[in-house]
Amino acid sequence: MKNDEMKTPNKAKEMSHDIFDTGSYSNESVIAYLKEQHDKKYRKRKNAPAFVEPKGQIKDEDDILVKLRDVRIGFKRGNTERVVIEHLNLDIKRGEILGLVGESGSGKTTIGRAIIRVNPVSGGVITYNNVPISGKIPHHVERALKTKIQMIFQDPSASLNERANVDYIVSEGLRAFHLYDDEEDRLNKVTLMLEKVGLMPEHLKRYPHEFSGGQRQRIGIARCMIMGPEMVIADEPISALDVSIRAQVLNLIKQFQQENKMTVLFIAHDLSVVRYISDRIAVINSGKIVELADANRLFEAPLHPYTKALLSAVPIPDPRIESKKKIVVYSPDMHHYTEEDMPDFYEIEPNHFVRANKAELKKYKEDLKALNAYNENLKKKSKGGQKDESKKD
Amino acid sequence: MANEKEVVISVKNLNVKFLSHGKKVHVIRDVSLDVYKGETLAIVGESGSGKSVFTKTFTGMLDANGYIDSGQIMFGDLDVTKFKKSKDWYGIRGKRIATIFQDPMTSLNPLLSIGYQISEVLRLHHGLSKKEAKEEAIKLLERVRIPDARKRYDDYPFQYSGGMRQRVVIAIALACRPEVLICDEPTTALDVTVQTQILDLIKELQEEYGWTIIFITHDLGVVAKVADRIAVMYGGQFVEVGTSEDVFYRPAHPYTWALLSSLPQLGTKEEPLLYIKGNPPTFGDEIIGDAFAPRNEYAMRIDYIQEPPMFKISDTHYAKTWLLDDHAPQVEKPRVIRNLRERMKIAAEELQKELGDTYEK
Repeated sequence: MKNDEMKTPNKAKEMSHDIFDTGSYSNESVIAYLKEQHDKKYRKRKNAPAFVEPKGQIKDEDDILVKLRDVRIGFKRGNTERVVIEHLNLDIKRGEILGLVGESGSGKTTIGRAIIRVNPVSGGVITYNNVPISGKIPHHVERALKTKIQMIFQDPSASLNERANVDYIVSEGLRAFHLYDDEEDRLNKVTLMLEKVGLMPEHLKRYPHEFSGGQRQRIGIARCMIMGPEMVIADEPISALDVSIRAQVLNLIKQFQQENKMTVLFIAHDLSVVRYISDRIAVINSGKIVELADANRLFEAPLHPYTKALLSAVPIPDPRIESKKKIVVYSPDMHHYTEEDMPDFYEIEPNHFVRANKAELKKYKEDLKALNAYNENLKKKSKGGQKDESKKD
Repeated sequence: MANEKEVVISVKNLNVKFLSHGKKVHVIRDVSLDVYKGETLAIVGESGSGKSVFTKTFTGMLDANGYIDSGQIMFGDLDVTKFKKSKDWYGIRGKRIATIFQDPMTSLNPLLSIGYQISEVLRLHHGLSKKEAKEEAIKLLERVRIPDARKRYDDYPFQYSGGMRQRVVIAIALACRPEVLICDEPTTALDVTVQTQILDLIKELQEEYGWTIIFITHDLGVVAKVADRIAVMYGGQFVEVGTSEDVFYRPAHPYTWALLSSLPQLGTKEEPLLYIKGNPPTFGDEIIGDAFAPRNEYAMRIDYIQEPPMFKISDTHYAKTWLLDDHAPQVEKPRVIRNLRERMKIAAEELQKELGDTYEK
């Protein structure tokens, strides 16, 4: 009997379902915990700062898959700690693709790695389906989590084991969690997955160096998708690829997301890529989220100067337009933050958040009005243009 | 216009082969190209198309197993294919033709300070003393906008960020006052924001020093910003050559269509992005006919039998495809290419408002 149980392949999977289906660590518990930590920290100080309740961006609690509250991540080096991320609040919706955009060194990769528990957090809480997954958690939760969240890495040649063949690389996760009945079943699963990502069964016995960059990234995706993850963290999956191959990989990720109703955290530095694939976009600069909105809305009405700088950096494949284009340069000195007027993360219109202090918020509101008027105009114009075209036809 | 221009580098019927596992691999296949003085020529192609190999022949930097089989590369009055000894290259490599490589971390020596690496060039090529070289090097660092150049003179490459390192590499190239600058994917390893800064810097320096720039990239989006002329490379050959406007507004080769339509900037949310099916040819196998034919949805029977010649479209615009032959059927360009300008206009209009001029009234 016991033997039979051992062989039951999907046991780990079933178990993990139980853990994350009955998560009860809701928003109230998170805030209570954070308040307790806050009080503890400032217990002996006289002028302790008041506790500020961290807020997320999604109102309906049931929609949230991953919740980051007041997260702080630092890297220790000897006795000094370099804090990369502080007071980070972020919600990731169930079944969405959230784009996380920022320049190198902004901490976007660190956030992804914190969710998957590669980088430990030094403060705050991360929950997955209302189960805390940051800090010290029971072993079985950590193990179950590994089947739920998978990662796609930037450099496919660095992230694949050079000495293992494709068969081994793709099925490593299956082996680790015994997610197959017998050898035949495992092989079937691997072959099926390879076909799905556009590789051939005869590739099974080959080694990573025999593939081109795009194919290697497909192997990376196959390895990730074979676990049937609920969530995928894609860390710049196309930055190291040729432009002509980027489109294939993007399509593949989007196709998997739609088939399996996965949640994806898509990390990138190029806004033009993220727009195509994501539902919402968060723009991050030096560890702070500066703007968050629906993908199209962010392009229609960018408010924060850093978002504008990123947008203006997107190259347009048109020589005449490029020669006229001006580049917006962002520097943190643009903001005049004083002690009385510190920045906060405001919801300037429904589902559109921007980091600003009160003076800036006022300005952004005016900007938003102007932008709305501008967009209206543009729509009218393009409608008129379309009519003209139809006449020509 | 093209006739008035002075030719700096003239390549004629160049063939480059590599010896690999006892086999001869034909990488550059009978390529001819003129580079004019003061222009920015962009060479665009996928990885493995031979674009880097092509420019490496200009400075004799082919890998040890590669050799020039036949052809001629005229640099001024010199035929560099005749060079035998490495001494022959001293007057040219670095001095008259400088190269900026993709990854600044690998092109800088991690064990030597930034200052040393710049002043070394000045001492060797211009014979300056150590002191003079230092002053000159600091000037160069300031020229490429390294803040606190004097302080950072003694720093090592790891203390610089990616964009700063690339600036240092540009400063080293600048030190020699070269006539020709080869940029081999200088911004691929960088962020978009840093990328635009580096491109602006290169352009600005070009105007100041009158460089001829050969710009290698796989990203057509980047090319629009810098290039005067574009040469599209596929399978070791140029398939389309034209001015930047020719290639972007009147692309003629199916491969150029495919490259343009797969740019993510032009994608819309509703439909999947277009991409080029199949893989580029591996150089191991002999290519018969048009190298792009197996991936080309417009391929005709002749494409598999005979290699197309370079068809002349205008004085500046050439393309290597049988579609331009008189006997070829009229094909409709893909929809994306037909309304490419329209799409780019939309993309640009979105950006215009970021520029802040159009609505602030």
